[in-house]
Amino acid sequence: MEFFRIQKDIPFMRHALTFNVISLLTFVLAVVFLFTKGLHLSVEFTGGTLIETHYQQAADLEKIRGALGKAGFTDYAVQNFGSSQDVMIRLPLKSDQNSNQIGESVMKSLEAEAPGAELRRVEFVGPQVGKELAENGAMALLLVVIGIVIYLAFRFEWRFSVSAIIANLHDVVIILGFFAFFQWEFSLSVLAAVLAVLGYSVNESVVVFDRVRETFKKVRGLTTPQVLDHAITSTISRTIITHGSTQLMVLSMLIFGGETLHYFAMALTIGICFGIYSSVLVASPLVMWLGVSREQFITKTKVIEGANEEGAVV
Amino acid sequence: MNRYPLWKYITIAVALLLGFVYTLPNFFGESPAVQLSSAKVTIKVDAKAQARAEDALKTAGISHDGIQLDNVGVKVRLKDTDTQLKAKDVLEKTFNPNAGDPQYVVALNLLTASPQWLTSLHALPMYLGLDLRGGVHFLLQVDMKGALTKKLDSTSADLRTVMRDKNLRHGGVNREGERIVVRFRDTETRDKARYAIGDSQPDLLLTEAGDASEPRLVATLKPEALNKLGEFALKQNITTLHNRINELGVAEPIIQQQGQDRIVVQLPGVQDTAKAKDILGRTATLEIRMVDDSTGALEAALAGNPPFGTEVYNERGGQPLLVKKQVVLTGDRLTDAQPGFDTQTNEAAVHLTLDSAGARIFKDVTRENINKRMAILLIEKGKGEVVTAPVIRSEIGGGRVQISGRMSTMEANDTALLLRAGSLAAPMDIIEERTIGPSLGAENIKKGFNSTMWGFAAIAVFMILYYQMFGVVSVLALASNLLFLVAILSLLQATLTLPGIAAIALTLGMAIDANVLINERVREELRNGMPPQAAISEGYERAFGTILDSNITTLIAGLALLIFGSGPIRGFAVVHCLGILTSIFSSVVVSRGLVNLIYGRQKKLTKVAIGQLWKPAAATVNGKK
Repeated sequence: MEFFRIQKDIPFMRHALTFNVISLLTFVLAVVFLFTKGLHLSVEFTGGTLIETHYQQAADLEKIRGALGKAGFTDYAVQNFGSSQDVMIRLPLKSDQNSNQIGESVMKSLEAEAPGAELRRVEFVGPQVGKELAENGAMALLLVVIGIVIYLAFRFEWRFSVSAIIANLHDVVIILGFFAFFQWEFSLSVLAAVLAVLGYSVNESVVVFDRVRETFKKVRGLTTPQVLDHAITSTISRTIITHGSTQLMVLSMLIFGGETLHYFAMALTIGICFGIYSSVLVASPLVMWLGVSREQFITKTKVIEGANEEGAVV
Repeated sequence: MNRYPLWKYITIAVALLLGFVYTLPNFFGESPAVQLSSAKVTIKVDAKAQARAEDALKTAGISHDGIQLDNVGVKVRLKDTDTQLKAKDVLEKTFNPNAGDPQYVVALNLLTASPQWLTSLHALPMYLGLDLRGGVHFLLQVDMKGALTKKLDSTSADLRTVMRDKNLRHGGVNREGERIVVRFRDTETRDKARYAIGDSQPDLLLTEAGDASEPRLVATLKPEALNKLGEFALKQNITTLHNRINELGVAEPIIQQQGQDRIVVQLPGVQDTAKAKDILGRTATLEIRMVDDSTGALEAALAGNPPFGTEVYNERGGQPLLVKKQVVLTGDRLTDAQPGFDTQTNEAAVHLTLDSAGARIFKDVTRENINKRMAILLIEKGKGEVVTAPVIRSEIGGGRVQISGRMSTMEANDTALLLRAGSLAAPMDIIEERTIGPSLGAENIKKGFNSTMWGFAAIAVFMILYYQMFGVVSVLALASNLLFLVAILSLLQATLTLPGIAAIALTLGMAIDANVLINERVREELRNGMPPQAAISEGYERAFGTILDSNITTLIAGLALLIFGSGPIRGFAVVHCLGILTSIFSSVVVSRGLVNLIYGRQKKLTKVAIGQLWKPAAATVNGKK
């Protein structure tokens, strides 16, 4: 069985502009959604209280809301979570309330109005913790970006590292755009997924760039777009099979992982799909436009430990 | 060329064997157990306690599956949860006859059900995080400002004593915010005072202020002293929390420092958060009262007829003591208690420090009650216990109290700890709380397990269909990756959380990349007309650089998460990083070993099962070769 029976190199670079316009549009849309709708941040980042309860029968959300209103809570959000029996209650931070007691007082008020609730999970996050988590998240993202730029600059040269990081950061923005558009909950685990997928799809660009370098060195008389086309074509089967395998695992998480892993898997799915697209079809044209050429490679004899003479290849 | 030397095969075999052994405990599950540990510093759980527990269970007719003593306490393994509850009741009755004053903690626990030989190899199952086993997690913020205020208050008292001892007249010692200001009448006294204070209080940074008509001395804590104070406050709070959590009967509580001023408390299996919070937030009070030693009074009180205004308390060690109801001082006035030695007799002693108000009261009381006894009581949950009842030898001023006599060093240590345990060094706030019900925990395990299993199965089916024999090799390599990962996590006793399970799944999904790279490369070499043996060797060699590359970028992301992540993200990052490392070994070394075993010995290899090879009409690159 072989899926990819490609006779000739596919002229990807002929459509370079189209690919980039498409991704620019998606990117702009994502930014627009991020600014107009904003991210629906989880309690971990905003601070507040989250309570998850489970009922034996389908839960009556109206009664629960009534109970909370009677108990004097304001700005609460009550919604089903996963199934009609599971209810999630979200309460914002209030300076005047004794935050330590919120979980208990909510359960008490539910006992009176909508009895039969079983407490599954309580999460309380104070204001300073939320702020720190958001800051740490931003720092982690920054560290990943810097680390990858340095690594790629050392491994290849600046044109590649700049293109790869632009292409992959645009993935990150698009993932965030999806979360803003659908108002999916952006939690710590989603952030972890975003960072993991960033590291993962950068290596896609690495594989293509390795081939680009190899082709520049081995084959004479090709124009830069031809070299890029050849590199992409000869790695496309590996790219799709690898991402497909990873996606199989992610899909299984999406199906069996339940509510807790849902958005984690969702972020990975978007990241993997756009990762293929951007690291191959966006990064390569960028390299071309940044002016990569054969001359930059023939004098270079940098050898990385563990790689063979021609550099790593697929 | 596709043969490994024997030592390589042996290395792989040994690694697989070790992986298997250390993964094994996770499959045995856990059996119910009861754990007996000490609730008080003074009580040690030793072989005697073990024998006592064994006897008690025997008389009650409860059979157990093993009893062991470790540094935590005695653990009794039981057949099922019913017997577990029964055994807990029996032990509770035997060891804590007085339910109101527990000496031991009897808690339900789970012990690994893996055989003894595995446990003796330190092969233990992974430690499950709270989101998988249920329980409560608190993050407490220690209010360092509060600790500083307390310290400065007591230092003010010390300064007064120092100046009085040296006959230096001052116009008042006051704490103003985070500094102490001492006023003087003239600069000469100030200079002398500065010298005297500098000598006795090395922790203070002294600066002169005010003009000649109104000279002042401003004292602040040196940065080192401030750090030490913070560390001390944190340590003391942790000790206090330990003592209190013991009461909850939690088998494996985690109480750890996090950062400079935070404490994490994790109580696996605890569901009653209200009670847990109540206990964590409780302030035990310390009270100093006078002892009524008048003849016959104690006897009358024990007969149920105490003299007016007195009550009976037990001294530690069991002696009853008649104590007046009137409270001389409360623990709020006590700023520190440290074990030490009497400077003259060299006997073990406990040094107490009182704040300025406390020092004044103490001075008056001691002057009026020379040769009488005073009792220091620790009152918790409305129940009191006399920690110590020393005789007053002389008037004590200055807020520095020394309790000595008939005390061993050990006892002095314990007394000081008890006195300190009465109160937290600094106030604490709960800034993060997470409660996970046990049913949710079990569900999370199931979900995580199912995701990984089905994902793995899907990948396996695809790889075998697409790459045939090389697919089988890839799947076996992936399985060995899972084996190594679980073994390392078990060996490190890392805490497995749901994000951790997600990381295992994701790492497996990404690790297959290495084998895809290898297989594709081998196919390509075959397509280019290379003989199979050479193609295998070339394919592995050439793919290695790319595998290294792709793992490094992923590892960068993993490390960033590890550095900046906290809580659940850390669990994800640890597993992710470890998984990347194990995947390099398994996908390159293990899979090559398997391929070599299968194909390496065949001298005339003409065909390898790597799936159908399709050759383009002419292998050309844009028409040029």
